Amino acid sequence: MSLASGERRGVGFYCLAAFFVLFVIFLYGPTIAIVVLSFQGPDGGLTFPMNGFSFRWFANLFEQQMVGDFKASFARSFGLALIVMVLTIVVSLMAGLAFRRPFIGSGLVFYLTVASLIVPSILITLGIGLMFDRADLETAWYSSGLGAHLTWTLPFGLLIMFAVFNRFDASYEEAARDLGASPWQVLRHVVLPIIGPSLVGVGLFGFTLSFDEFARTLMAAGVKNTLPLEIFGMTTNVTTPVLYALGTVTTGVSLAIIGICLGVITIIQRRRLRHGSDAGRGMV
Amino acid sequence: MFRYLQVLPLTLTLLVFLVIPVGVIVVVSFWDYTEFSLLPDFVWTNYEELFTSKVTYSIYLKTVIYTALTWLLTLLIGFTVAYFLAFHVRTLKWQIVLFLLCTIPFWTSNIIRMIAWIPVLGRHGLVNQGLLSAGIVDEPVEWLLYSDFAVVLAFVHLYTLFMVVPIFNSMMRIDPSVIEAAYDAGAGAWRTLWHVIVPLCKPGIAIGTIFIVTLVMADFVTVQMMSGGQSASVAVAMNNKRALLQYPAAAADAVILLLVVLMMVAALMRIVNVRKEL
Repeated sequence: MSLASGERRGVGFYCLAAFFVLFVIFLYGPTIAIVVLSFQGPDGGLTFPMNGFSFRWFANLFEQQMVGDFKASFARSFGLALIVMVLTIVVSLMAGLAFRRPFIGSGLVFYLTVASLIVPSILITLGIGLMFDRADLETAWYSSGLGAHLTWTLPFGLLIMFAVFNRFDASYEEAARDLGASPWQVLRHVVLPIIGPSLVGVGLFGFTLSFDEFARTLMAAGVKNTLPLEIFGMTTNVTTPVLYALGTVTTGVSLAIIGICLGVITIIQRRRLRHGSDAGRGMV
Repeated sequence: MFRYLQVLPLTLTLLVFLVIPVGVIVVVSFWDYTEFSLLPDFVWTNYEELFTSKVTYSIYLKTVIYTALTWLLTLLIGFTVAYFLAFHVRTLKWQIVLFLLCTIPFWTSNIIRMIAWIPVLGRHGLVNQGLLSAGIVDEPVEWLLYSDFAVVLAFVHLYTLFMVVPIFNSMMRIDPSVIEAAYDAGAGAWRTLWHVIVPLCKPGIAIGTIFIVTLVMADFVTVQMMSGGQSASVAVAMNNKRALLQYPAAAADAVILLLVVLMMVAALMRIVNVRKEL
């Protein structure tokens, strides 16, 4: 092992690099297989070899009678994920700001948040389902479903905010205050721009974790399914590559969201490099 | 005062959708039930049935075996991957790129990632095609999919990331001079690894373990899908009772599962202070 750069790579490096490559193939290989197979010809099956090439299975997705209600469940899941994303960013940011200084009960709230992460998903869904049942309320994706998703995304959001504020240099805020900025101005013009990229990251967690959430939604979605519930239902009774087409579309949406978020983060950081500080440029 | 307003949305959300639901489960676990309705009561029968059934113990044993195997494999793979990223990738840019490469699947659908094993491991899947054409087997191997093997494989596939991230985080905090000192004192790569790096990674390993234990102990989707309904974990059994509308019985299962998971996590929390590790 060598830490200093410039030294020659040893055998260890190549073994570990090979292991890493295998790991990446393991991670991505199966997904790539279904993406390829979703372009099966009309007579193709669930496994290789490819029997021609077509967009038939993608077209199939939009014919309501062939598979479940893809369009409506997709729209529902997408809408829900957007709501969860916004709420996760706002609620985590507010809580993250509060936690920067100790307050009575902060330990309790923190452990409650950690508990939200470690309490088994099936308990959350069973509990929310029973609670709505006992209260004589109808479960629906926008009420019980939304709450169930927030129990999963908020802990991630808050933990990220902790990581961010643990590394935050408070002297920037002090400088702003010394120059006469109000608390709101400090937040708006100093804190938010600095932690902006992290907030985009929180949003990424909020959206994708909600869009793909299954276990917590099971009893909390009501009569109208979210997309993962619809897909799970299909796994037992659909035996054509339309299942893979659905997988390709869903994964594509997730990748697009990831791409957008990473892109935004990169752009913010580039702009910051260009416009931000002239430190280190040798100007006195 | 203002701080309390700031944490209010978080606290309220968790109260309504976490604390009260868990409370409802605890209450309902003492209720009686018929085929059609729940009867508010205070009976221990749901717990008695749970603890007197032999099935309970075999299911818990199976779930613990899944958890232990998954933990061991994700730890070995996750540690190796994190080690490579932290100590062998030299520029920050490449560290970020390769780290993201490991992270991206986490943001895609678990169910799709499980479905994706069908064309690979199925009866006519890629692995069987390869084995057959290489002449290693005469008949397709049946236990690749819809088996315990497939369940553990899927767990490792889905959750190794939960080991990589915290261990990588721990490794990045190790002061390079500590490692240099070990080398200067005459330790080789293996001794440095075992006596310096592994001990310093304990918090990361503990956090990863918390994730793996809570995710696998309470899982029912992966076990249901990858075993093809042939194996049952604790949560699968609970979900079956729920589907039969035996809510009080399912609730009693849930309470015991929660206690088991919380005890395991409490033990792990003694090793690590989560808030300090962020």
